[in-house]
Amino acid sequence: MISADIQTVLPEIVIALYAMGALLAAVYTSKDEVAPLLTWLTGGLFVVMAGWIGYNGEGVNVAFDGAYVDDGFGRFAKVVILLSAAVVLVMSQEYMSRRGLLRFEYPLLVALAVVGMMVMVSAGDLMSLYMGLELQSLSLYVVASLRRDSVKSTEAGLKYFVLGALSSGLLLYGASLTYGFAGTTLFSGIVEAVEGGASIGLLFGLVFLITGFAFKVSAAPFHMWTPDVYEGSPTPVTAFFATAPKVAAMGLFARVAFDAFGAVTGEWQQIVAFLSVLSMFVGAIAAIGQTNIKRLMAYSSIAHMGFALMGLAAGSAFGVQAMLIYMAIYVTMNIGTFAFILGMEKDGVPVTTISSLKMYSKREPLRALAMLVLLFSLAGVPPMVGFFGKFYVLRAAYDAGLAWLAVAGVIASVIGAFYYLRIVYFMYFGEETEALDGKMSPVLWVSLMASAAVMVVGVVNLFGIEPLAAAAAATLVN
Amino acid sequence: MIGLEHYLAVAAALFVIGIFGLFLNRKNVIILLMSIELMLLSVNINFVAFSSFLGDLVGQVFTLFVLTVAAAEAAIGLAILVCFFRNRGTIDVEDVNVMKG
Repeated sequence: MISADIQTVLPEIVIALYAMGALLAAVYTSKDEVAPLLTWLTGGLFVVMAGWIGYNGEGVNVAFDGAYVDDGFGRFAKVVILLSAAVVLVMSQEYMSRRGLLRFEYPLLVALAVVGMMVMVSAGDLMSLYMGLELQSLSLYVVASLRRDSVKSTEAGLKYFVLGALSSGLLLYGASLTYGFAGTTLFSGIVEAVEGGASIGLLFGLVFLITGFAFKVSAAPFHMWTPDVYEGSPTPVTAFFATAPKVAAMGLFARVAFDAFGAVTGEWQQIVAFLSVLSMFVGAIAAIGQTNIKRLMAYSSIAHMGFALMGLAAGSAFGVQAMLIYMAIYVTMNIGTFAFILGMEKDGVPVTTISSLKMYSKREPLRALAMLVLLFSLAGVPPMVGFFGKFYVLRAAYDAGLAWLAVAGVIASVIGAFYYLRIVYFMYFGEETEALDGKMSPVLWVSLMASAAVMVVGVVNLFGIEPLAAAAAATLVN
Repeated sequence: MIGLEHYLAVAAALFVIGIFGLFLNRKNVIILLMSIELMLLSVNINFVAFSSFLGDLVGQVFTLFVLTVAAAEAAIGLAILVCFFRNRGTIDVEDVNVMKG
């Protein structure tokens, strides 16, 4: 019995043991000198685990009496999380080494955060949900303030910590109410308890839980921490924040919405639709005045989370499929965009102001072109892949009878296109002022170009993720 | 007779005090940490009350997990606070304002 359980959670155990072992080994040997090696090793381990989970996983395996569920949905999310975390890690290695930022804790904290995320998307019980979420959050608070000699970085860590702890508290309060009124912490038990209408106590629990998730996915009106944390954290860390944790939080959100409260879709649908529409507009409008590209990406991610939530708000299997496709595309776009941002520097000092990109196309035509493709994709301009992500969620919302939400989504995406196109305008038509210099490391260059190429080539069949996402969604919604 | 609702009321009151402590406090970041702790502990009261009411041990197991996490969270919060103090020289909430907008 226990050996079957362990077999099911083996990927998480391997990564956790690796992180602990490597931590000990690094402390007792050469410390930060092994950091670049550890970074690559961790990235490699993530890729191996992603392959393992992706190719070997089959069917629905329940471990620890339902506390942990390994199904198609969880596996899809885990593969996206692992691959994006691996790419972000290897992208950050050169940048951080050059600035003396690369401590050996960094890849290992990321590894622990990834373990937390994997538990989150596989949670089948409020307890495993909470433990996974906290393992992820606690690791992320530390990486946010990784640059401990910088006011900005520690302030970002402090803000993230306070608001993250607040959201965990709200979520936990919701968990306690749900436990009390459902009589169990198991999702399978909760879904039975809400069959035929949820009691008022359970509804309160649900609302508190959703509030906590909204904080974690940085959906408006719980987005206040995002811009500051994105701006203050070291850029590679920001790139990490914008990718894997978002997928994990959305996966967790969908998991609780369908596994635990799937019988009362109508109760949370309205709340999620409200969060979605607010996030799309806040993200689109507040980004317009930004001068710092990291802050801009924060608002961009808020808007994108609004679109992903639209798929969830549809409350159907197709909606979940749309959300999964959207998240996979979003992560790919963000990796490329952050590869570009990591390459922005002048005299060896990183620059993050948007105006420094003026006439960038003259100096670096290829990089500017790749960024143009990515920005078009982020804005959702057809025929880039980003457009198809938006198209899926809009269709899911429309099919679910939320036509107003789909219309609002289109309007928000038009508003949002303005600030993406402004960057394009600067790169191609602006007046040259302080030119950026600096070469891009090969890893960054490859990430940027590959991501941009995916945005163009993926139009053919989205690299076949559509049937995979459909199969994943089918295991969650039934 | 003290019943479940009394415990829930106390927990809810403590929880709300914790939230207000986070938002109304303009003085000191340490008070923020205390407010967070208050929120988590009030949830523990909820869990234990429900657990005893339902005659189900799961709630108390959950409480033990929450206590552990709360300890780890406090440790990390204080560590970040120490780093922040070294850079900024103050821990007033009003001075956590390098980034705005």
